[in-house]
Amino acid sequence: MSNVVLATPEVPFESRGLDKKQTWWERLRKGDEVVHLITLAGGWSILVITGLLVQHLWVYSRLSRHAFGWHFLVDSTWDPVNGIFGAWPFVYGTVVTSLLALAISIPIGLGSAIFLAELAPRKLSNALTFLIELLAAVPSVIYGLIGIFLLIPVLFNVVPYVQKYFGWIPIFNGTFYGVSYFSASIVLSIMVVPFIISISREVLISVPVSQREAMMALGATKWDVTWRAVVPYARQGIMGSIFLSLARALGETMAVTMVIGNVAQVSTSLMAPGYTIAAVIANEFTEATGDLYLHALIELGLVLFVVTMIFNALARLLMLTMKGHEVVG
Amino acid sequence: MIRRLLALALITTASVFAQQISLTGAGSTFANPLYSSWSGHYHAIHPNVEINYQSIGSGGGIRQLIAGTVEFGATDGPMTNEQLAEARQKLGTTILHFPTALGAAMPSYNIPGVTATLKFTPAALAGIYLGKITKWNDPEIQGPNPGVKLPGNNIVVIHRSDGSGTTYTWADYLSKVSPEWKSKIGVGTSVNWPVGLGGKGNEGVAGLIRRIPNSIGYIELIYAIQNHILYGEVKNSSGNFIEANLKSVTAAAAGATKTMPADFRVSITNAPGADAYPISTYTWLLIPEKMSDMTKAKALKAFLRWGLTDGQQYTQPLAYAPLPSAVVQKELLQMKKLQY
Repeated sequence: MSNVVLATPEVPFESRGLDKKQTWWERLRKGDEVVHLITLAGGWSILVITGLLVQHLWVYSRLSRHAFGWHFLVDSTWDPVNGIFGAWPFVYGTVVTSLLALAISIPIGLGSAIFLAELAPRKLSNALTFLIELLAAVPSVIYGLIGIFLLIPVLFNVVPYVQKYFGWIPIFNGTFYGVSYFSASIVLSIMVVPFIISISREVLISVPVSQREAMMALGATKWDVTWRAVVPYARQGIMGSIFLSLARALGETMAVTMVIGNVAQVSTSLMAPGYTIAAVIANEFTEATGDLYLHALIELGLVLFVVTMIFNALARLLMLTMKGHEVVG
Repeated sequence: MIRRLLALALITTASVFAQQISLTGAGSTFANPLYSSWSGHYHAIHPNVEINYQSIGSGGGIRQLIAGTVEFGATDGPMTNEQLAEARQKLGTTILHFPTALGAAMPSYNIPGVTATLKFTPAALAGIYLGKITKWNDPEIQGPNPGVKLPGNNIVVIHRSDGSGTTYTWADYLSKVSPEWKSKIGVGTSVNWPVGLGGKGNEGVAGLIRRIPNSIGYIELIYAIQNHILYGEVKNSSGNFIEANLKSVTAAAAGATKTMPADFRVSITNAPGADAYPISTYTWLLIPEKMSDMTKAKALKAFLRWGLTDGQQYTQPLAYAPLPSAVVQKELLQMKKLQY
């Protein structure tokens, strides 16, 4: 709240629009405190919504929290019939698919963004950006269908070769059914790439010309300018696009459940089927009977919330340390 | 004069609105096409009654009913004793179960080179889903299918990932035919599967079966009929291999009528009867015995009576098996318990 107050213009509070002799029009025109109140309410509403969400998740997961305690996080059994619930396979699946999706989408997304912002002719760049923003608006069920009908048949042809030569690496062994952590990660990466491209490109374009000129004046090549002056300057915005992608990947439900196999197990192999938190909640919530079962599903929601928070905190920490190592030109 | 006319008009509209009765129900997604169809047909005959059915899942329907936010519920698995007790405590009334139609689950498979209808024994299905039978040419599967050359490939087991009445029926059947399933896994809308991949909804399971060679999964009767999906026959309690269809499912209900408990909370899997398909199930409407709003209560009662009698003609076009007439008679008697 204090931030919001500080952000208002440095006009003394008393002198702003409180003069009764002012007309309605004048007061509206100088309505700083109206704007202040509106934005303040907007800011607070975020806190209130988040607070209520956490409170609800906390209260309605109490049976499960009391019954399993911390074991909920590390146990691997999910047995609704006998009322035994452990979240580990879902947490594992969520983290693995999201991180792998980011590992795939960051190089592609950043590469495309740099091309569109720095290298491509403006007309081509605008046309492609329009298409990319269109991709961001495609419903996730469509991505799930793309996964089932296009990706999985391709993987059925490719994966046996990968397994033939690299099968000795634990992450590639085991029977491949088409649905797997790997398939889910690829679908997720296709889903989040538009976010990374679209935001990063915007940020790269808005880097001041002076930055580029200064670098050029030092005799840098075009690539040096991009990589050493423009990208570091835009770093914060690029990280922002990655956060957004991570959040989307962690919480994605429909597309993931269609291609991950929905098996509550933990496998080192990326070719094995798995499960994610969001997917199990969506799958089982409607038919969940019994309070403990329902509370366990809601506790999964709480866990997802915490996982997302931890990831965000780690990412912020990463950014702080990066700031410490400024790029030397 | 105009003012008086206006007042008169207002009064008439008000009285028309007062006669409009809106009933809200929630629950089973499996029965949604049927109840939507009933709602439309019933509204055509009784324009003043509006029935809103929300297909939010059986579990959700039971929760909403207990919370008192809907007038009636709908479920594919009967309410448990604890749920009934909770409803009695919160609503001050007993919830009655009324079977409205029948469904079934059947094994569907994709074995390259096999287009024949396979015959499955209970032991084969239980063995496959417990992970004990892992090859297609296992004697338990090959035995009843002498004319079919089954490969020695590993079986890929597929089940529903979402909680569903179909899973409930499937697990209920397996626990009746396999003591091991009963003690290890049990019955529920979602269970702790020992093996297999999960597909979301019938379309998800059917999609996985189509895509993965040597797979087997269970799908719901309506979906299989409407999409012309190949499925196997299952050996019933009389020792006959039966193909699931509307007749054999109704036969299962008829076979179980004699042993039907007074509250209709009955599982008709593995029912007696030479022609009975063993993996069949009822779907139920959940109706409170007492209601505070008498107008709504009377309308609900009339709708229920219509659904059990005239409404049965709309089951078959939607690929639901109709109720046997003996069951309808029992239910009409049960309706006398409704205190409105």
